[in-house]
Amino acid sequence: MGRARTLLVSAAVVLLGRRKRKPPENADRVVPKLPPNPGAEAVAIGLLFLAALFAVAFVVVYAVDSLPAHTQLLGLTLGLSLLAIAASLIVTAKKLVATEELVEPYTPDEHPGEQELLVQVVEESGDRLTRKRLFKMGLGAAGGTLGLAVLAPALSFGPFFQTKYYRGTPWRRGRRLVDEHFHPVRASDIEENGFYAAFPEGLSLDGREELGAGVVLVRLPVHALRLPPELHGYDAGGIVAYSKICTHAGCAISMYRAPLFQPDEPRPALVCPCHYSTFDPADGGSVTFGPAGRRLPMLPIGVDAKGYLRAKGNFDDEVGPTWWGTRIWKPSP
Amino acid sequence: MVGDPDLEAEPVIRKAVRFLDTRTGTTPIVRKTLRYLFPDHWSFLLGEVALYAFMVLVATGVYLTFFFVDSTHQVVYHGPYAPLAGQHMSEAYRSVLNISTTVKAGLLIRQTHHWAANVFVAAVILHLLRVFFTGAYRKPRELTYWIGVTMLMLALLEAYIGYSMVDDLLSGMGLVIGYSVGLSIPFVGGNLMAWLFHGPFPGQGVFWPRMYILHVFLFPLLIGGLLTAHLLLVAMRHHTQFRRRSSQSEHAVMGVPTWPGQAPRSLGLLFGTAGVLFLLGGLVQINPIWLWGPFHTYASTNGAQPDWYLGWLIGGLRLVPSFDLTIGSYTLVPNPFWGGAAFPLLVFGFLYLWPWIERRFSGDHAFHNLLERPRDNPIRTAIGTGVASWVVLVFIAGASDRATVLLDVPYTGQIDVYRVLVWVLPLVFAAVAYRLCEELQAAERVQRDEHEAEAEARLART
Repeated sequence: MGRARTLLVSAAVVLLGRRKRKPPENADRVVPKLPPNPGAEAVAIGLLFLAALFAVAFVVVYAVDSLPAHTQLLGLTLGLSLLAIAASLIVTAKKLVATEELVEPYTPDEHPGEQELLVQVVEESGDRLTRKRLFKMGLGAAGGTLGLAVLAPALSFGPFFQTKYYRGTPWRRGRRLVDEHFHPVRASDIEENGFYAAFPEGLSLDGREELGAGVVLVRLPVHALRLPPELHGYDAGGIVAYSKICTHAGCAISMYRAPLFQPDEPRPALVCPCHYSTFDPADGGSVTFGPAGRRLPMLPIGVDAKGYLRAKGNFDDEVGPTWWGTRIWKPSP
Repeated sequence: MVGDPDLEAEPVIRKAVRFLDTRTGTTPIVRKTLRYLFPDHWSFLLGEVALYAFMVLVATGVYLTFFFVDSTHQVVYHGPYAPLAGQHMSEAYRSVLNISTTVKAGLLIRQTHHWAANVFVAAVILHLLRVFFTGAYRKPRELTYWIGVTMLMLALLEAYIGYSMVDDLLSGMGLVIGYSVGLSIPFVGGNLMAWLFHGPFPGQGVFWPRMYILHVFLFPLLIGGLLTAHLLLVAMRHHTQFRRRSSQSEHAVMGVPTWPGQAPRSLGLLFGTAGVLFLLGGLVQINPIWLWGPFHTYASTNGAQPDWYLGWLIGGLRLVPSFDLTIGSYTLVPNPFWGGAAFPLLVFGFLYLWPWIERRFSGDHAFHNLLERPRDNPIRTAIGTGVASWVVLVFIAGASDRATVLLDVPYTGQIDVYRVLVWVLPLVFAAVAYRLCEELQAAERVQRDEHEAEAEARLART
């Protein structure tokens, strides 16, 4: 009780004291004088304590493992704490401090005198130089070459002048085709209207990430094949293998429109889901729709004595997205 | 005994000010800063929101760096998320899975980071539209504008790298598309990509550490530096203003001083932006990478879309008809160049060159502190509307596959229609915008004449 009374008394003293020292109403003030707004002040203070409460709640939620929906509660408590501070500040801005609309001149458009001085300083500094052009050339030569020299080590990033890498693939004549689980693929495993992925045998998981590794396998009725003469013998009894990488933007061909193509589309198609480039598996992978500018490279395959699929060579064309050096193979009409 | 706050508080402030002044000599600058005038119009807050979203990005981003692993080394997942148990994935993807599942508050910070990126880019674009359509970029503020456009470009790249290095299935698909677009640049593309990735995609895993240092250090540093320059330039030349009071002119700026008027508002906006972002990060799911699965070059999924601010580029890539520019049997310009490189270059080229183009044709070399309303300059408004609607239409075309799923409209037919619409509609919109501006101007003239006639009539009566 005694402490409370002391507090009350001192509060009264403080309030009275403030009144006494109140500066006279005059124009000396920088910020205009406005009357107090106890209601708004109470709201602003209340919101700050609310923010503190939510901040404590955030720590509690963080510490208590058994709470379900951790992420939601964490976001809610932290978000509301920040929003309470925001609300308090907005109340302060709108109700508790003076919003003065002041006018002042824009900075001058130009400083002609200063400009002249600057020019003078630069010009006079070079007075002693007699061969300015040569000096400038020297500066340019030194700066330019040094700049290039400093940039040169960036060439270590990778082979800038060698692009032969784009043409290699891990496929060789005689390599068996294996599925995602490293099991060799038999010709009899490949069914019509099915869609299969295969890789060369003996490749590690990292090796499979190479763009030239993956192929798609589909089986078409032999009579439905319309391979151009150059690609004759590329199929293994109706089974055709194409690069899995779209020639447009390098995404994986992961959709086979068969038999769902009817009645909207005339025939089965291999589709890339990125930009819907669509390729015809029956005629050597020609583009039937979408932005791809080049057909899908085809892998020649055959069936060995035990019924396994084997590559008969490398792709007929460059695998992967097209670049400015890609040589195009054009099937004869 | 409780001390008298007035007796104590005043000397403390005075002491602090004197200490600062005697040690740094900056009191005049601080006083000027406290009384610096800020504009009092809502449209000027868009840039501020971008700044505050950037702050949240840096704060949440720093937290994420403590857990992210920038490696494509393949590992087998044995974490708590059962659907991916036993799968092969890169260390990068596994580390982000861990941030999302096992790191306490990790998912909140990750989602808030992603939301903040969305809000950042959105605020920058809205800010750009405000600046463009009111002519705020005119002399003497071209530098501020060019720095702003550069920051937008950097922000798009930064965001793209950010979600690419996670190495989930979607980010991998986006990255290989970016690689292909780079590859399609005539004469240098092949070399450039072999150099960046160390051989053809995915290279030897060297690109992920490279993306990482770009994303967490170089790009934020660049954006932060340009941001500082941008704000300094704004302060040096002061903000532009609409002419709403007679006291506002080309020579006199009106505004609210930093202290006490503007500071609580700006801080309120900072805390408000951060609060909304953390609420979104906690309550609204974004980029649930555990559902996409790990990326492999031989895998892809249907229905994939980039984050919205890159939607115009997927639209561009999808709309270009099937052709590569070739000479004999050699490719010169591969297809992705047009939609993925030429299109954004054209749009950013337009943004960079516009102040110069406008001055060239209008012959207006004067200083401009007063803004124009869109209707005050019909040609600018028409051209801006045309370019903006062009980009938006290509963006919508990029979402055709979603329309196919939702509305059952054949995809091929939609693409054929958009191939025409993206060229025709912008012209229509530009013409409509031009006409609308003229009509609004005419309506204002009529109103002004009526007021004058009434005033004259009143004058005549008296």
